[in-house]
Amino acid sequence: MEHQEHVIERYERAWIFFGLAMIAVFIILIGYMMMTMGNTNPVGAGRIDPTKVRTEGEFANPRVEQIGNEYVAYVQAFSFGYLPNEMRFKVGRRVTFYITAPDVQHGFQVENTNINVQVIPGEIAKVSYTFSRPGEYRIICNEYCGIGHANMISKLIVEP
Amino acid sequence: MAVQTLIRFDAYADAPEKKYALYMMMLGFSALALGTFFGPLQAFNYGGLDLYPLLKPVFQNYYQGLSLHGVLNAIVFTQLFAQTIMIYLPARELGLRPNMKLAWASFWMALAGLLTAAVPLLLNEASVLYTFYAPLKANWAFYTGAAIFVLSSYISIYVALELWLRWRRANPGKITPLATFMAVTFWLMWFLASLGLVVEMLFLIPWSLGILPGVDPLLMRTLFWYTGHPIVYFWLLPAYTLAYVTLPRLAGGKLVSDPLARLVFVLFLLFSVPVGFHHQFADPGIAPYWKFIHTVLTMMVAVPSLITAFTIAASLEVAGRTNGGKGLLGWITSLPWHNPTVLAFLLGFLAFIPGGAGGIVNASFNLNQNVHNTVWIPGHFHLQVGTLVTMAAMGTAFWLIPHLTGKPLVARGLAVASQWLWFLGMFLMTFALHWMGFLYAIPRRAHIAGSPVAMEAFKESSAWMALNIVSGVILLVAAVLFFYVIFATALQNRREPEKVLGEVPFSEAISKPEGSSLARLTERVGFWFGLAVLLVVLAYGPVLYQMFTNMLPVPGVRLW
Repeated sequence: MEHQEHVIERYERAWIFFGLAMIAVFIILIGYMMMTMGNTNPVGAGRIDPTKVRTEGEFANPRVEQIGNEYVAYVQAFSFGYLPNEMRFKVGRRVTFYITAPDVQHGFQVENTNINVQVIPGEIAKVSYTFSRPGEYRIICNEYCGIGHANMISKLIVEP
Repeated sequence: MAVQTLIRFDAYADAPEKKYALYMMMLGFSALALGTFFGPLQAFNYGGLDLYPLLKPVFQNYYQGLSLHGVLNAIVFTQLFAQTIMIYLPARELGLRPNMKLAWASFWMALAGLLTAAVPLLLNEASVLYTFYAPLKANWAFYTGAAIFVLSSYISIYVALELWLRWRRANPGKITPLATFMAVTFWLMWFLASLGLVVEMLFLIPWSLGILPGVDPLLMRTLFWYTGHPIVYFWLLPAYTLAYVTLPRLAGGKLVSDPLARLVFVLFLLFSVPVGFHHQFADPGIAPYWKFIHTVLTMMVAVPSLITAFTIAASLEVAGRTNGGKGLLGWITSLPWHNPTVLAFLLGFLAFIPGGAGGIVNASFNLNQNVHNTVWIPGHFHLQVGTLVTMAAMGTAFWLIPHLTGKPLVARGLAVASQWLWFLGMFLMTFALHWMGFLYAIPRRAHIAGSPVAMEAFKESSAWMALNIVSGVILLVAAVLFFYVIFATALQNRREPEKVLGEVPFSEAISKPEGSSLARLTERVGFWFGLAVLLVVLAYGPVLYQMFTNMLPVPGVRLW
């Protein structure tokens, strides 16, 4: 038993060391990938009174604007849809989305991309992305927003 | 009748804590029975099969059912099980009686809170799901009942700590026995962790009563996740405690290291709480560097689980070899798979391995982008809480109910079958959900079966959807078998104390705490708690301060 105890303790130390090393590698990789591989994590771009989203400011006029070689989109996510209804972009150009909600929380996930935003009333979310393949992309609300939540699916079109 | 009353009285006269533990646990399993009923309906929904129209006069819609499923299973059942195990085990281990007046006060308070919250839930007045994100606004009784329910755990904290301190005064200089040490660190962790929810309720209750015109949705969300992640360790640690304290003995062996088990619980005390932003990676309004800090801290919480994986596996190997298992893997087949309790833990831990790996994916700031709020997430936590935690509770019920009541387990074969089926059903379902979320971006918590738009959009995943239906049927059968076994056991008239476990099966340790410097170090519970508070202040303080001083109140709406 005495012998067995020492054997187990040796393996145990090795396992803990392995675990810590694995976690250190993961953390370094996460940091490295975020810095080098086109970070698409949403960030805050200021705040807005949600009761005025529909009437005042940039979001009262939801739209896609072309500025030089890039696009800027002002998007309203509401129960149960998105404005503008249809967004079109040219492939290979950088698109910056600004998204907010006038009512409750919503999601803004674009399938087959890394765009996945928690839309929170009062907060303006900003995320940039360059579509590298033309086609239709579904936009899916992935946060419960009321009885019609599952119907809240829209699309954007990337033209060649 | 008089004789019956007398026998009933006798059954608990020498151990009133047994009656308390039995009532707490059975209330928990009753809540779980109703909550679990909505589980297969969920699986069917993700298989494109909508059964909610059939429930129409009683239950109004999918989101009401889902709210009941989440609240009853994840808040009510888990807390009541913790209030059972993390009071009863230390009381038995120390041979001391907990303050019974307060213990019963916690029971009645939990029941009162549960009933108060149940009314709006059952009337479709609180279909805001388990997360109740503002500005969706439920009836005030939902928030008030939930607050009363959660606050009943504060009585449990006091009862456990008072028990421990009483023992300490009588045994100066001695190292706290293991189960008690686990209970003490567990309850301290929960005290620190629950503060977010308690503060959130201070906003939501006046808001739902119309006293506050609005609340800040981001602040509410942040307070929710302050509690909402550590709450998973609040669910998990009773299961770990049972795995460390009872499983080695039940499997026929010993716990390999007692000091290491203490280290695990100290690490959970330290790292459970300051990790909530990993649920908010996709949120605007929290700076990326704070999210990265929480990523690092979240990764640290994996360490105690990695140690647990080793210690439990090594203890099981000792058990298997003691039972006569030979060779590299022979010890596995020598484990008592026919014992429904051991079986439940073995299968639960098996599911916990892919669940843990998925958890590391979710905790990774960048990878999370692909799975955030998709069905990958319920796939993940049904491996963790739906499989390991629930199976640990189910498996424990198979010996604990007989132990508490003196009534032998009914239909042992069905108990074994229920665990195999539960494991199989959960494995199929979570497998399907992971892929549906990752490959097809199917959103979680969405009534897709009731939406032709969604069914058209997600039709490519129909093969995975079929798997959900199969798993729903399997899980329904498993649940029926399980609840039959425990309620038939608890409600029978036969008491045969000689046929049940007379004492809690506490395991002996190979590497003991006496003389271990690690065990001595972990014994300084006050110091570790202080350090945990400091970590929380550093990881949350500046962000919360800014949110509290810049609130943007938003009025509530009801959209269901």
